[in-house]
Order: sequence, then C-alpha cells, then structure tokens
Amino acid sequence: MTGDIVQMGAYIGAGLACTGMGGAAVGVGHVVGNFISGALRNPSAAGGQTATMFIGIAFAEALGIFSFLVALLLMFAV
Amino acid sequence: MATETHGEAEAGLVFHPMDQFQVTPLFGAGPVEWFTITNATLWMGLSILVIFIILVLGARGRALVPTRSQSIAELAYGFIYKMVEDVTGKDGVAYFPYIMTLFMFIVVANFLGLLPMAFTTTSHIAVTAVMAMAVFLAVTVLGFVKNGFGFLSVFWISSAPLVLRPILALIEVISYFVRPVSHSIRLAGNMMAGHAVIKVFAAFAPLVLISTGIGLVVTPLSILAITAIYALEVLVSFIQAYVFAILTCVYLRDALHPHH
Repeated sequence: MTGDIVQMGAYIGAGLACTGMGGAAVGVGHVVGNFISGALRNPSAAGGQTATMFIGIAFAEALGIFSFLVALLLMFAV
Repeated sequence: MATETHGEAEAGLVFHPMDQFQVTPLFGAGPVEWFTITNATLWMGLSILVIFIILVLGARGRALVPTRSQSIAELAYGFIYKMVEDVTGKDGVAYFPYIMTLFMFIVVANFLGLLPMAFTTTSHIAVTAVMAMAVFLAVTVLGFVKNGFGFLSVFWISSAPLVLRPILALIEVISYFVRPVSHSIRLAGNMMAGHAVIKVFAAFAPLVLISTGIGLVVTPLSILAITAIYALEVLVSFIQAYVFAILTCVYLRDALHPHH
C-alpha cells in the first residue's frame, strides 16, 4: 500500500463525517411524516402549508449537506 | 492540500470529481485575478442571457391572452409574487424585484449547471456568500430604517417566561448572525454535493471498457444511478432556489414586522 498517515487520516475522517447524513435523513423524514399525517387529517388546510414544509425540509437538510461537504472536502481537497 | 494540477506519479485517487469546480481563465492560462474572464464569468453571463430570453423576450408581445413563452414568464412572475405576498405581507411586495432577481438568477444558474460539461456558478461559496451577505445587510439596514431601535425587539421573545428572555435573547442574537452562514452554505453545499456525486458515479461508468467481467454489471448500474441522481438534482436545483428566496422573504418579514 502507498500513501501517508495524513491521507489515511483524511479518508477515515471522511468516512466518519458521513454519519451526519443519517441525522439529516431522520430529520427530513420527521418533517415530511408530520406534514403528511396532518395533511391527511385536514386536506383543505394542507395546501397552504406546503411552503412551510419545504422550509422545514431545507433547514433539516442543510446540516446533513454541511456534513457531506466536510466529507467531500476531506476526500478530495486535503 | 490536494494537487491543483495532477502530477504524473501520484499515490492517491485516480479520479478527481472536484475538478469540475475549479475556476479557470477562459483566455490564456495565467493567474486568476479579480478582472480575469473565467469560466465563472461565462456561465454567469449565460445565466443572465437565459433570464433575459425567458422574461424579457418571452413577454415582449404583451398579449392579453398570453402566448406560450409569455405564459412561462407570467408563471414564474406569479409564482414568486404570490410567495412574496404570502410570506412578507402587503408592504413586503415593494421588495419583490429583489426577491425575483435572486430567485431567477439562482434557478437559472442551477439549471444551466446541469448541462453536461457546464460549470455551476452557485456551487461556489464566493457566489452564494455574496448573495447571502447582501440579503443579511439589506434586511438589517431595512429593519433599523423602518423600526428604529424597535428592531431590536426581534430578539426579545415576549411570548416566553420573563426569566428565560435574556437567555433566549442571547440565543436569538447568535442565530441571527448565523443566518448568512447557513443561507449561503445551504445553496453552495447542495449544488457542490449533487454535482460531485454525479461525477463519482460517472467515474464507475466506463468500467466495462477496462474489465469486461465486472464491467457488465457495474456500468449499467452506474448509468442508472447517474440518471436517478440527475433527476434528484433537477428537483434540488429548483427547491434550493425556492428555499433561498422564501428564507429571504422570512428574514424580510422579520425586519418589517419585528414584534413576535
């Protein structure tokens, strides 16, 4: 095998950083699941809240994207 | 640091999915100064051209019964106008041109970046941070101009118990200053992540040319994966532009009506 310790550390760190995306997936699923359960109870009020759902999805997704960004930067830019 | 240009004897990765994000000069190979015409300049100019074609040339006929191209322009206009009016209220509609500019630039830049061999300008923090910083400064200045020092009531949650209000005010101040950070990184990170994932799958696609055995399994799967991620990226491009615009509207509403 070739390479050095720094590269090995970067790759291991990249793999560890990917665990953050699990939290993001749970968060987004939570938001959408609550929205769907509310929408099935009150379908006429659901249309006006889709915008709120998308904002919630964006906030929950953003942190997963940050961790993915860290993983990408460690893999290819260190 | 990773090699900016990839040398011959390299002990590491053999495919470089982050190369697509490099800003290179268009004419000649020199250092990139602030005045250099780069591929970023070209693609930003193309975004403006496409927006011009869609909105200005599309609606030039100004027919009462819209033609197809006018319909597209009117759909985009109406969609954003309705969103601004719903989120910021009647007095926020005066800032509609700014929100429309932000949304159209981001959505067109995102979609243009999906073309093969294209460069996604919004995947760079430099681009999104300027937009987010401009939104943050504009909203803060607007808040102080419209409300004077009453703007600071946006940090004082009057619906919380009195003992908690100082701690909540501190948390609110911190989260107010984190807003441009998350606003910019959300867009840049989504765009960079999506395109890097497409490139990583694309690195597996030509495997059938190297080793026919495993290649016959991996190549069709990776092409399917690229197609699926590409569809997701189309959706994400639009959603991220919409989220950038609607969060700008939410911050604007906080500045115009700071009383919780």
